[in-house]
Formats: sequence, structure tokens, C-alpha cells
Amino acid sequence: MSTISAKALRRSMQNFLPSLAPVRFVAEDGTPEKPPPGYRAPDDALLREAYRRMVLGRRFDTQASALTKQGRLAVYPSSRGQEACQIAAALVLREDDWLFPTYRDSVALVARGVDPVEVLTLLRGDWHCGYDPMAIRVAPQCTPLATQVVHAVGMAEAMRRKGEEGVAMALIGDGGTSEGDFHEALNFAAVFASPVVFFVQNNKYAISVPLARQSAAPTLAYKGVGYGVRSEQVDGNDPVAVLSVLTVAVEHARAGRGPFLVEAHTYRMDAHTNADDATRYRDAAEVERWRAADPLDRLETYLRARAVLTDDDIEADRSDAESLAADLRARMNIAHEGDPLELFDHVFAEPTPQLREQRALLAAEFTAQED
Amino acid sequence: MATVTMAQALNTALRDALTADERVLVFGEDVGPLGGVFRITDGLTRDFGEQRCFDTPLAEAGIVGLAVGMAMGGFRPVVEMQFDAFAYPAFEQIASHVAKSRNRTRGRVSLPMVIRIPYAGGIGGVEHHCDSSEAYYAHTPGLKVVTPATVEDAYWLLRDAIDDPDPVVFLEPKKLYWSKQDTDFATRHAPPFGRAIVRREGSDATLVTYGPSVPVALEAAEVAARDGRGLEVVDLRTLVPFDDETVAASVRRTGRCVVIQEAQGFAGVGAEIAARVQERCFHSLAAPVLRVAGFDIPYPPPKLEHAHLPGVDRVLDAVDRLQFDDVPDVRHLIVGAA
Ligand SMILES: Cc1ncc(C[n+]2csc(CCOP(=O)(O)OP(=O)(O)O)c2C)c(N)n1
Ligand SMILES: [Mg+2]
Repeated sequence: MSTISAKALRRSMQNFLPSLAPVRFVAEDGTPEKPPPGYRAPDDALLREAYRRMVLGRRFDTQASALTKQGRLAVYPSSRGQEACQIAAALVLREDDWLFPTYRDSVALVARGVDPVEVLTLLRGDWHCGYDPMAIRVAPQCTPLATQVVHAVGMAEAMRRKGEEGVAMALIGDGGTSEGDFHEALNFAAVFASPVVFFVQNNKYAISVPLARQSAAPTLAYKGVGYGVRSEQVDGNDPVAVLSVLTVAVEHARAGRGPFLVEAHTYRMDAHTNADDATRYRDAAEVERWRAADPLDRLETYLRARAVLTDDDIEADRSDAESLAADLRARMNIAHEGDPLELFDHVFAEPTPQLREQRALLAAEFTAQED
Repeated sequence: MATVTMAQALNTALRDALTADERVLVFGEDVGPLGGVFRITDGLTRDFGEQRCFDTPLAEAGIVGLAVGMAMGGFRPVVEMQFDAFAYPAFEQIASHVAKSRNRTRGRVSLPMVIRIPYAGGIGGVEHHCDSSEAYYAHTPGLKVVTPATVEDAYWLLRDAIDDPDPVVFLEPKKLYWSKQDTDFATRHAPPFGRAIVRREGSDATLVTYGPSVPVALEAAEVAARDGRGLEVVDLRTLVPFDDETVAASVRRTGRCVVIQEAQGFAGVGAEIAARVQERCFHSLAAPVLRVAGFDIPYPPPKLEHAHLPGVDRVLDAVDRLQFDDVPDVRHLIVGAA
């Protein structure tokens, strides 16, 4: 059994190590920066589209938060401040790719084309995810932390073994990277060379627990290195950089070069969910400081300077966003309870005799109540 | 007709499934060139190729989670957990995804996959190698749970499980791997999936059991017959779906029932069976439904497992307490008074 030489090890590590600083194309004030080699700026048309999607996404997000106050949603985890990540994740994927999102990623689903009302089906308190995951290639939003990451590897393997060109992308938070399933997924994907992208949105908190109490890794991107997964870190509030890095990651996976881990440094501007009180564990000054790094403002300044975005464009986007919000409000305001008898119908392909009995029992209770 | 072991029957079932359906895949720990620690996957990688039967890294949640993704992607994974107690790391994947996927997608994402688990004791295994974990799975809505007791059933139930549109936890009684039967698999005699079977007819009492305890029940019935007592033995075959009809019909006929399981008794599958029998057959019962089960202790070490495992004597003792002479069963009163 020969051990690897120091030289070979160094060369091999180079394949996996992230950049020393997060990849960045645009500074916080919207002025261009020189990115590291190997990354191309997305073309202006894509950036223009990303801006539009971000405006729509943020409006969707504020509308969803408002709907919780009116009792129309059981709970909503906002992704305010993470729009660059949300939109880029959706935009870099093709129709034949798969997305494995978490509860935090509603905006990415809307950007992928899932009907906003269907996106909110689980969060409004229904028992199912609303949309057809097979049709739109988006797994149901996942709550048991990191479990979805292994599914993404399985799906990537399925596509690879069938000779298809699809890539699977798993979304996960900083806290989720402490879970065993995350590590198992990275290891499996590396061993099988699966076409999968692990996209970590490091928004600095897992509910109340700050990053420093979550991990002692240099940055979360380094978690890929030990498994032999190509890893990168990116400024998660720089939409240009996130699009650029995720594009490279998806191309890497699609080309058969194995999995790719991207850590985006971003920030959760709102509380964990509407039910959380973030003032118990973080300073207002910290949140204020991140307001200056707002991804929408940054892209707007950048694109205006490049004359890609005009006042009219912005006006049009805002108007589209208002229509989206109005439509969402109207459709979410239709009371919806669901049919309790359907609860028995999808436990198995065919209900067992016992489920049939229980369904009949419940139906009889309802009939008795009506009489 | 040939003499076949249960291990060979399972291997043949996997082979026939791999041949019949190219979506079927077999993976897990050491299932490749080694053929699994119990050799159930012996020769599959050699004969079907690394693409169809392969080793994964060591991580049970990873294996089951991978199977979830692959099932979504159109395959029919059959995964092996190396031992009962080593399936526990996968429990979150099993309970939160395998079992719930169809429901939480309103029927759109079905997961046709099989989780094979060598389970239960009786082979002198060391700790963590002999757990009877069926109740965890049977208690989880959305999982079908199967445990064969005969060589023939091992083959047909595994074929059924692989063809089933729902996820199946397939529990293989380790101690029966080397049990033998003269059979071939050309024609099916086994009942359909979801149906129990009367393994032996008798008119005095019904023994309801499954998996590793079926041979114990049959032996007890044999001994009882010599004393002129006819014991009917019902082998459940599938714990989920549960065949209330066959069980209730038998107990109504005999009027007495003992439920036998190797697993620890408290909150076990046997408790569920006893409750169901009592709910359905109360007016036919001449005595309380009794349970014979493992004790409520962690599985004992190899040299002491004989003391734990429900054997023929314990079963016959329970049968004797079924008030054949109208003598009340006072065991629980005595224990309670002590
Ligand atoms: C296995 C598991 N443990 C605990 C929880 C409860 N929980 C929900 S979200 C969350 C924090 C996750 O933080 P992170 O991964 O950083 O994602 P974020 O919410 O910040 O997007 C916790 C602990 C859970 N959903 N799943
Ligand atoms: Mg977080």
C-alpha cells in the first residue's frame, strides 16, 4: 500500500480547494471588481433577467410574510437578503436538471416556474407539497435538515446511469452542513463522481445559533475538500458572482467531472420564520450592517452603470411584482381546508383494508354531524 | 425440485428480479464481490455487472437516501442493511422520506424500493447483531413490512416486494437463512402479498406468528398434537398490510389464541395483534389472548440467548393457560400480588 507523495497530494488538493476569498465580481457599492481567473461574467441579458427575478422574488417573499400575519400561512421562512442565491440557483439550471430545496427556498421555486400558490401549499398548512415534483423536477421542500442532499445524489446517479445529461442541485443552509446526511452525501457523490452541485447558503444563523457555534472549519466550503469534492466560496450577495460560480459548478457536474460544492456567504435579513424573535440573539447593528450589502441594490447600481437597466425597466419590474403579489393575495385568500378523507388515499398506492375501514369511519362521523 | 436454502431463495429472487426488470438495482455494504456478509447477493456483481449490483461507502442513511433519489429517478433499488441494529442510522430517511414521500406529494412521487434487513436472533450473534426491529417499521405509516418464514415465501415475497409500487421493509430472519425446503420457483404456490396463511390446521387454539417464530409455533403444534391438542398456526407473512381476515377467521374457529413473537413484548407487533383479535373475536374467545414474546431486555449475549428466545415450552405453557378446563389464568394476579 503506497501512500500519496507530498507533491501529488498538493496537486490533488489544488483540484478541490476553494479560493482564499469569496469570489466577487461586484463590490458592495455596485462598482466592478476583478474576479479570480476561471470565472466569466454572465452576459448582460442574463443579469437583466436575474434582476427582474430578484425583484419578483423579494415581492413574493414580503407578500408571503404578510400572509402569515393574516393567518393565511401557517409559517413562512423568509429568504430576504438571499435573493442572489435563490435566483441564481434557479437560473443556472436547465429544464432537465433537478432542484432539491429546503423550506427556506420558496423564492428559488417561484423563479424555477412553480406556481406561487403551489409553492406555499405546505407552508399554508397542507399535507402535501402542492406541485408535481416529477413534472417540474423540483423535489418537495425539505424540512428534516440535510436529508434532501442525499436524495440529490441519488437523482444525479439515476440520471448519470440512464445516460441523461441532467444535473441535480441540492440547497442547504449553514446549520445543515453539521448534519451527518450532508457528509454522507458529499462522500457518496465524490466516490460515484455524481453530477450534483451542493449549494450552501451560509446565512450566518441556524435559527438562533451563529456560525461560530456551528463549525470551526475555515469556511464551510472547506468541508468538501476532505471528501475530494471540488469546492468554492462566493460572495452570496453579489448576484453576478453567484451566477458565475454556479454556472461553473453546473458545467463541471454536467461534463462528468463529479460533484461541486459552493458556499455562498450571505445573510438572513429577517427572523428564522415569522414565529421567531431574532432580537433575542442578534444585534440590530449587525442587521443594519448587512443592509448595505443588499443584493438587489448592488445589482441595480451595477447594471445602471452599464446601461443595461433603465428607470423604465425598473418601473416595469416593480409593476410586475405588484401584479404577482396581488394575484398571490387574491388566490391565497380563498379559504382552503382540504378534504380529510383524502388523508387516507396516498399513504400507499392502494389503501390497505385497515385504511379503507378508517376512512369509512371518518366519513360516517361527518355524515352523522351533517344529520 | 431441488433442496434450496432460504439464502439461496433470496439470491434467486434477486437474480430473477434483476433479469426481469432492468430498473432493479442492488446496493449496500459488501454486497458486491463479497456477496454480502450472509452471501445473499452472492455472484450478482459478477453476473449482472457493477452497474446493477454495487458496494457503497459505509453510511446507512446515505444508502437509503441514495435509494430515495434513485427511485425518484426511475430505478427500483433493493438495498441491504448489513444487520438490524445497523439500520438505525437510516431511520430518519426511512421514517421521514421513504414512508412519507407518496403522501406528501399527493401520490406523485412513489418510491418503489426495498430495504432488506437481516434481523432477529438465534444465531449466537454478539450485541447489535440480533435486534428484532419490526415494530419500529410496522408502526410507521407508509411502509410495508414483510418477514418470510419459509424458503418458498422468501422467494415470492421478495419478488412481490420488488414489484410493489410502495416501499417495503423486508426483514429476513437470520436464523432461517440456512433452513431448507424442496422446491423450485417455476410455479407459484404462495398466497398473494398481504395475505396470511394457515400453515397447520387445528381446532383447539390458534397460534398467530411470523418470521423467525413460525418454526417454533409449528414445533409446538407438533408436540401438542401428540397430547391430543390441535393447534392451528397462522403465519402472517406481511405485517403490513395486516391480514385481519385470516387471523380472525382462524380464532373464531378455535376460540383461543396465543400470539408469538421473538421481539421484546412491550409495545410490540404482538400487542397489536392481540388487541385486534380481541376487538374482532371477543364473542368467540373462551380465554384471554396471550402473548409469548422476548423479555423486555436488550438482546442478551450469545450464551444467554436461549433463556430469552420464546421456545416450544413457553408456547405450550401459554396454551395450557388458555382455560381449557375453565380454570382461570391467575399468572398475572400472582405476579401483581408479589
Ligand atoms: C433534523 C432536523 N433537526 C432540527 C430541525 C429544526 N430546524 C429547522 S430549521 C433549523 C435551522 C437550520 O439552519 P440552516 O441549515 O442554517 O438553514 P436556514 O434556516 O438558516 O436557512 C433547525 C434547527 C430540523 N428541521 N431538522
Ligand atoms: Mg442558516
